[in-house]
Amino acid sequence: MSVWLKGIAAALALTFVASGPLDAAERKYEGVGRTPTAEEIKSWDIDVRPDGQGAPVGHGTAGEGERVYLVKCASCHGEFGEGGGRYPVLIGGHGTLKDMRPEKTIGSYWPYASTVFDYIKRAMPFGDAQSLTDDETYALTAYLLFMNDVIEEDFAVTQDNIGTIEMPNQANFFMDPRPDAQPEGGTACMKDCKDKIEVIGRARVLDVTPETGGDTTEGAEAAPAEEKTEQVAAAETGDPVAGRSVFNKCKGCHVIDSPKNRVGPSLHGVFGRAAGGVDGFRYSKDFQKVGDAGLVWDAATLAGFLTDPKGYLGGVIGKEKANTRMAFGGLRKEEDVRDLIAYMKEASAE
Amino acid sequence: MAKKKSNTTGDGGPGLQRRQFLQAGLAGSALAAAGTFSAPKTAGAAGLEIPDWSRQLGASVDDAPYGKPSRHESGVVRRSVEWLTATRESSINFTPLYALDGFVTPNGICFERHHGGAADVDPVEHRLMIHGMVDRPLLFTMEDLLRLPRVSKFFFLECAANGGMEWRNAQLNGVQFTHGMIHCVQYTGVPLKLLLEEAGVSTKAKWLMVEGGDSAGMNRSVPIEKALDDCMVAFAMNGEKLRAEQGYPLRLVVPGFEGNMWVKWLRRIEVGDESWQAREETSKYTDLMPDGRARRFTWEMDCKSVITSPCPENPLTQKGPNVITGLAWSGRGTVKRVDVSLDGGKNWTEARLDGPVMPKCLTRFYLDGWEWDGNPLYMQSRAIDDTGYVQPQMTALQKVRGVNSIYHNNAIQTWHITKTGEVENVRLA
Repeated sequence: MSVWLKGIAAALALTFVASGPLDAAERKYEGVGRTPTAEEIKSWDIDVRPDGQGAPVGHGTAGEGERVYLVKCASCHGEFGEGGGRYPVLIGGHGTLKDMRPEKTIGSYWPYASTVFDYIKRAMPFGDAQSLTDDETYALTAYLLFMNDVIEEDFAVTQDNIGTIEMPNQANFFMDPRPDAQPEGGTACMKDCKDKIEVIGRARVLDVTPETGGDTTEGAEAAPAEEKTEQVAAAETGDPVAGRSVFNKCKGCHVIDSPKNRVGPSLHGVFGRAAGGVDGFRYSKDFQKVGDAGLVWDAATLAGFLTDPKGYLGGVIGKEKANTRMAFGGLRKEEDVRDLIAYMKEASAE
Repeated sequence: MAKKKSNTTGDGGPGLQRRQFLQAGLAGSALAAAGTFSAPKTAGAAGLEIPDWSRQLGASVDDAPYGKPSRHESGVVRRSVEWLTATRESSINFTPLYALDGFVTPNGICFERHHGGAADVDPVEHRLMIHGMVDRPLLFTMEDLLRLPRVSKFFFLECAANGGMEWRNAQLNGVQFTHGMIHCVQYTGVPLKLLLEEAGVSTKAKWLMVEGGDSAGMNRSVPIEKALDDCMVAFAMNGEKLRAEQGYPLRLVVPGFEGNMWVKWLRRIEVGDESWQAREETSKYTDLMPDGRARRFTWEMDCKSVITSPCPENPLTQKGPNVITGLAWSGRGTVKRVDVSLDGGKNWTEARLDGPVMPKCLTRFYLDGWEWDGNPLYMQSRAIDDTGYVQPQMTALQKVRGVNSIYHNNAIQTWHITKTGEVENVRLA
């Protein structure tokens, strides 16, 4: 058998035995594209279906999940899954679906447990997707199901039972019955269709509409070019353009171009600011201690911090690792640190 | 470098003009002075002044290798509503419908919806994998896909949540925000049916799972009937490669179906015999009814229309002849008729459909020959498609669906024209 045919055979073995006639029509555009290897398919095939198909080998309990949750999820979803800002609420909401303000959580709304695993695995933590191990993902799934009273605390979720867990709201989904809301007789009225006109709401009274001014590009154009060049030089070898991409790791939690706190404090004007010095942001105790110890952010201190956040701050306050809330573990490449600092210097300027 | 503003610089588009117009506190005589474009300066009885651009050289052919709109149109941009979402990366912005003509949306102002930011994908490294219940799993590079027969077709793409903030009451005062989660471009790509036939789909297959390569790994289930009907795997829009924010280098086109299914940065299609019940088709994009139950797989975008001028961004500035125009569309077929009412839905007049009228595509309409007498009025439009479906009033929709379904609001929109020509978004009983 040729290497090529072996490849085909391996790929066919991967498809379902019941996947229909193997004497299916020949390809019309033979030679366009190739057969992926079993390993290639496996590396991308992360989805899990309600019946458990696709669930990887692994297991996790609520207790294990809680530890992961507090480090990786609580900063956005809240310590008890209560959500924060407009981040989704994960827990509670039972019996609210008919209310004026329904709360659609995993427990009150989601029809399938598999969706919890599938979604966490592919998309969470926000901005650091596909970083969790399968066991961590099972553990988080178990924790969220336990907190929503779906499973017991000591129940281990595994590849064998994820397709069997019943969700409380599963029966309340039904197929789309549209079209609906059609006029009687099915035809549109053309004359004397109603008696009176009564206004019951006005958008202008609410006044929540953003301004539609035409000056959105003015600010960007007005930045003097000389000043920009100077900033780039000051950042030494870092490339601010490359740094902007590195900042993608940060922007899930930090705003840099305005003094707005998100999950993390605003980085606007961070250079020259005392650590823990953003007004109105609730820092962890250790972070406050770092500030009290007199640490000020500049290119050097930021480089140390961004390389090993907890270790660096720990060094300032005489601990091995500081107990701070930032979940980010640090940048591995020195080049990334330099580029990021170059970008931050530009973008954070007040 | 900062550009010196010459006295001929426009004031940045209709939005600002609207503000000035509103601030002027006008009636009667002032109306005539505030046009959408400022009148040319006149030099009194001597005649029209000859402006600088008529005397001096303009820009060279090398000044703009990739052109942008005139700087006088710099206000025509996508805008977002900051309070709507937790972050700017998992968020949405809106197409400036008030500033558009015809039925095609320019690429740079097609609304964006991302769940983990717009991925920056290298087309050389990008792959499309097809596997699951197929005879031959396949892996394509972009170069491979460009060797296959392709088609070009116009389709609208509407987010299921377009108008979602308007369920309870009139909330946002601008057509950009009430209806701007829509765009319409010409897509070029390979029919999905062709790719599935190449892979040899099992006769037992009922669903596809389509997945994006962004950091949200966006995934949805698509029924096999739709996949084999008119779906496309597109790499170009309006003649050029897809914009990054629209899924460069590859996106799924699912004509007439809600935008969330048009997976961007498309990297994987798995064929199966059951749906996947992904987060975006269970937790989200299901429609909660007043009895606490929820509709699922609400794919089709029902027939809908809106008047895009006048609208809050385009107030009336003159009595007498004025243009009434808008857009209509249906995810179930072709727009057959659009009616316009000037008295809050009591009486209706058929509008003129302009330009090509194509299935699952935006259709431009006009009410010709209208003259404004300066009296306040309530303006509405109502579209009917070739299945006979009639766009409903919000009262009819609420009667069936309540106010918590978020998605699929295709109700008739009312614009109140005040006696000063301002336009406001109102809700009628």
